[in-house]
Amino acid sequence: MSESPLHDCRHAFSDKLLELGEEDERIVVVNNDSVGSSNTGPFRKRFPHRLVNVGIAEQNLVGVGAGLANAGKIPFVCSASCFLTGRALEQIKADVAYSNANVKLVGISSGMAYGALGPTHHSIEDFAWTRAIANLTVVAPADPEETRQAVHLAAHTHGPIFLRLSRMGVPEIYARDYRFEIGKASVLRDGSDLTIIANGVMVARALAAADLLAAAGVSARVLNMATVRPLDRDAIVAAARETGAIVTVEEHTVFGGLGGAVAEVVVQTVPVPMRILGVPGVFAPTGGAEWLLEHFGLTADGIREAALELTRSPGAAA
Amino acid sequence: MVVDAGNGHIGGDLSATDILATLYFGVLRVDPARPDDPERDRFILSKGHCAGALYTTLAHRGFIPLDELRTFMAPLSRLNGHPDRNKVPGVETNTGPLGHGLPVGVGAAIGAQIDGARWRTFVLTGDGELQEGSNWEAAMTAGHRGLDRLTVIVDRNRFQQGDATESTVRLDPLADRWRAFGWAVAEVDGHDHAALLELFNRLPLEQGRPTCIIAHTTKGKGVSFMEDRAEWHHKVPSRDQLARALEELKDE
Repeated sequence: MSESPLHDCRHAFSDKLLELGEEDERIVVVNNDSVGSSNTGPFRKRFPHRLVNVGIAEQNLVGVGAGLANAGKIPFVCSASCFLTGRALEQIKADVAYSNANVKLVGISSGMAYGALGPTHHSIEDFAWTRAIANLTVVAPADPEETRQAVHLAAHTHGPIFLRLSRMGVPEIYARDYRFEIGKASVLRDGSDLTIIANGVMVARALAAADLLAAAGVSARVLNMATVRPLDRDAIVAAARETGAIVTVEEHTVFGGLGGAVAEVVVQTVPVPMRILGVPGVFAPTGGAEWLLEHFGLTADGIREAALELTRSPGAAA
Repeated sequence: MVVDAGNGHIGGDLSATDILATLYFGVLRVDPARPDDPERDRFILSKGHCAGALYTTLAHRGFIPLDELRTFMAPLSRLNGHPDRNKVPGVETNTGPLGHGLPVGVGAAIGAQIDGARWRTFVLTGDGELQEGSNWEAAMTAGHRGLDRLTVIVDRNRFQQGDATESTVRLDPLADRWRAFGWAVAEVDGHDHAALLELFNRLPLEQGRPTCIIAHTTKGKGVSFMEDRAEWHHKVPSRDQLARALEELKDE
C-alpha cells in the first residue's frame, strides 16, 4: 500500500461545509444525534440555529430534510450511511427523489468502516438501494480533494444527491487543480491490457494494484467512477473497447453496486470479460475495517490476482 | 372522477372534503398565480390516497382547470392517484406512502422558525395513518421545538382500509397521546365549516406549542350507503350508485 499520509475525508467534508455555510445562509445541517460521527460539530458551533438535530429518528431525519428544502433551505442530511439509507429508504425515494427536493444526503462511514461493530453498522448495500431510485445522483469520492469538490457541487447543483463518504484513511490522490464533474469518470492511469474501475476508498488500492500489474508486465487503466448514477457510459464503453477486460472494485456487496452498474453497460454495448470484486453476498465476520478489506481480497494484491486471472482467461483480449 | 377512473379512494375523499374546503377557502394564504411564493402557507396532504379530494379543491381554488379533473388517473394525466408536486401546482410534497407528510411539515415549519417567517404549515393526516411510527418521531420533534406555526388536522373517520381503527390497532385516547408529545389539542366536528373556521382563526391554540386538531368525520360522508362502511375505502361506485350519491350530496 501507499506510504503517503492517510486522511479521514470527514474532515474535508466538514471544512467545506463550514465554508459553504459562511457563503450561503440557506445551508443547514440535519442530524440524527450524529453531530460527532458526521463531524458537524464545527458547523453547529458556528451556526447553532442552522443545525437541526432530530434525535435518533431516521425517517423523520429525511422527511425534515425535505421539508427544509420546501422552506427554501439547502439541507445537508448527515447520518451513518447504514441508517440513512437502510432505515429511511422510502423517505429518500418519495420525499426527496420523487419530490425532487433539493436535499443533500450524506452517508457517513459507509462500506465496512465501522469494522468490528458488525454487519448492522456496515453499509454495503447502499449503492444498490440508492442507484435504483430515479432522480437521485449517487457519488462516492475517493480522497479529500474530491470530497471537497463533490460537497461544493452538491450545494451548487439543484436536486437530490447522495454522497457516500467514509471514515477510513485514504491517501491524497488529486491535486487542487483537479476538476470533479458529476457523471464523469476520471482516468487516473492509462493502460491497454485491462481497466480497473473503482470508487471511494478502493481507488487508492486500484492504483497500487496497477503498479503491481505493471511489474508483472500487465498494463492496467484505472478509472475512478466516483459517480455511480448517472454513470459515465462513454468511459465504460471506451474501456471495454480499448482494453478488452474490466475489473470493478467496490467496498460494497457484489450484488447491484458499482460492478453491477458497469456490467449493465458492458453487456449491452461491448461485451468483454469482467470480474466484480466486493463483498461476496455475505454478512461480514467480526474484524476491523482494514482486516475485513483484506479478508475479502479488497487489497492491491487481491485486485492484482483477479486482474491476472482475468487477462489470462479465454475470451480476454490478447 | 373515481367512476371515470375506475379507481380511487372515495370514502376518505368524502371525510376530508369539508376540511379541505375550509382550509383552501377560509384559512390558507395561498395564491394560484404564485404557487411558489416563498411566503405562502404550506398545506401537505399526508393521506395522499385522497388526492381526488385535493385535486377537486385545487381546481375550485384556481390552481388547475376544473375540466382537467376528468383526466384523474387517466394515462399521462398530471392527476396521478397520489399527488406529484412536480406536475400539479399547489402540491408541496409527493405523498402516498403513509406517515410521510408530518415529518416534511415539521421540516418546513423548522425552516420558517429559523427564518422567523410568518407563514404557517398545515398537515392533514388520516387516522389509521397514525399507526406509522414516523408520525410520532415528527410529533416529538415538533413538540420539542415548540413549532406553534404548525397545525396537524387528523381526519378521524375511525376507519382504515380493512376495518375500524379501534379494532385494528387502537388509537384512543388520541388527544392524550398528542398532548403527551407537547401539542395543544382541540376536537371538532370535521364537517362543520363554522366550527372548523373558528378553531383555525384561533391558531396557535397555545403559544410555543404545535396544534393538533382532531376532526371527527364520517368516512363516505353524505352518501348513505357509503357512510362508515370500510369497503368504501377504495371501492368504485357503479353508474347507478354514482347517480344516487350525487342526488344525496345535493341535499347535504
